[in-house]
Amino acid sequence: MLFSCHFPGIIVPAENLVEIKDLDFAYEDRPILQGISLEIPRGKVVAMMGGSGCGKTTLLRLIGGQLRPSRGQILVDGLSVPALNAEELYALRRRMGMLFQFGALFTDISVFDNVAYQMREHTDLPEELIRDMVLMKLNAVGLRGAHSLMPSELSGGMARRVALARAIALDPMLIMYDEPFAGLDPISLGIIGQLIRQLNDALGATTIMVTHDIQESLHIVDYIYFMSGGKIVALGTPDEIRASTHPFVHQFVHAQADGPVPFHYPARPLAQEMFDRGTHGG
Amino acid sequence: MADDEQRATALTGALVSLGHSVTSAMQRLGYATRFLLMLLRWSGQSFRRLHLTIREIYFSGFQSLLIIMVSGLFIGMVLGMQGYDTLQRYGSAEALGVLVALSLVRELGPVVAALLFASRAGSSITAEIGLMKTTEQLMAMDMMAVNPIARVVAPRFWGGVLSMPLLAALFSATGVFGGYLIGVVFIGVDNGAFWSQMQASVDFRYDVWSGIVKSFVFGIAVSLIAVFEGYDAVPTAEGVSSSIKSTVVKSALAILALDFVLTSFMFREAG
Repeated sequence: MLFSCHFPGIIVPAENLVEIKDLDFAYEDRPILQGISLEIPRGKVVAMMGGSGCGKTTLLRLIGGQLRPSRGQILVDGLSVPALNAEELYALRRRMGMLFQFGALFTDISVFDNVAYQMREHTDLPEELIRDMVLMKLNAVGLRGAHSLMPSELSGGMARRVALARAIALDPMLIMYDEPFAGLDPISLGIIGQLIRQLNDALGATTIMVTHDIQESLHIVDYIYFMSGGKIVALGTPDEIRASTHPFVHQFVHAQADGPVPFHYPARPLAQEMFDRGTHGG
Repeated sequence: MADDEQRATALTGALVSLGHSVTSAMQRLGYATRFLLMLLRWSGQSFRRLHLTIREIYFSGFQSLLIIMVSGLFIGMVLGMQGYDTLQRYGSAEALGVLVALSLVRELGPVVAALLFASRAGSSITAEIGLMKTTEQLMAMDMMAVNPIARVVAPRFWGGVLSMPLLAALFSATGVFGGYLIGVVFIGVDNGAFWSQMQASVDFRYDVWSGIVKSFVFGIAVSLIAVFEGYDAVPTAEGVSSSIKSTVVKSALAILALDFVLTSFMFREAG
């Protein structure tokens, strides 16, 4: 019962910020997501987990309206994302923040200007007020002192924190993270994890985090959806996930090399490959 | 029998690949046209927030000044020497000013300046936009509800379009000065004849205006190719490098082909 995606209602209150129903998505003929249904409750931190290439990032892009689904419904704050026109989509995106995998900071402007970017683009606030707001955002991620640096002068962890400050610049209702922990040292990883939780709670926002870092996620999230092969295969709270006997979840949580996700890419039996030596490439 | 079959397969393969390259070229052309329409649609901001476009004029126009003016000077000097050599055989060395000015204003100014502009500024625009795409900056901008075509592409396009005629004019001016330096100062052609013949024979409406029209058209072609190649780059190191190469090659071909077409329209028979 717990790990069935057909009963998502079991873990969510009535008020959901994001609702996805029967979602299919394909790149040309290659199906990426099949029959995804999920709900993201307001105020919660939800992780989408799964191996590389299972469609997690695609799901984020669908929620952000950067891709259009082949079938199904995506509702964000009651609005159907695929049905919005360009202006409506931009209006919705002003209430969303997104952290890209490697930060995606604008490399030709300083840390300060990166964080101020959306404030200057979308508001008519006086520069003094923008200055105070930017310094407060940077203070929240511990980098107020680095405001005059250029992105090229930052370490990977610092760049991620600046990108986080930029993502929350306009106090979004929904913050999306694409692999926020990828390539970070353990200290930076812990800092980012704590920031994701604290910022969500302080801003009263809702967070969707795409990651494959199971140990860090179990500490900070409220719910976890597991994806494999373009489908949701399991879901639950961190405690339920830890105790799970579901083969996929078990393999993932305990980092086992082989299991439902095979170690080997599909191939002919090894013995046959050896006997057919010489036919390779011919 | 097997030979026939093999030949038929090879023929089918060749036809399929020919058809594929034609359809993909048409598809890309269609995409480029749609891109241009999008660019025009989202160009308002480039003029409402003029500092965005002025910044690009600084980067692609002002920073190309040195290469444009030095090249103009040398080309003018070479024209001065070669022109004098030919003209003095017919005893009309005083017409050197006309020859230098007409060659530069009508042809060499717009064409060479556009070729230099494509290699200096076009390639850097492509590289910049391509790298912004590769590092997800364009996507991040789009997610921040800022349209990358309005904010990044259009100002660069208009910056290039506005810079190009000015650069071509400066190229021609320094070229004329180069011709003067060689012809009058070093060789000793009569100073008064050099300038007065030039003034008498170079028609503003016909000669100068046709040069301005050409450089404006080249500016549109080079800037469009540069921004499109960058925006359409495959987001990898190899993809960006191949786009930069495409910008330079396609710009050069477009400039020369357009020059032929424009000259054909502007050509008027003597008398």
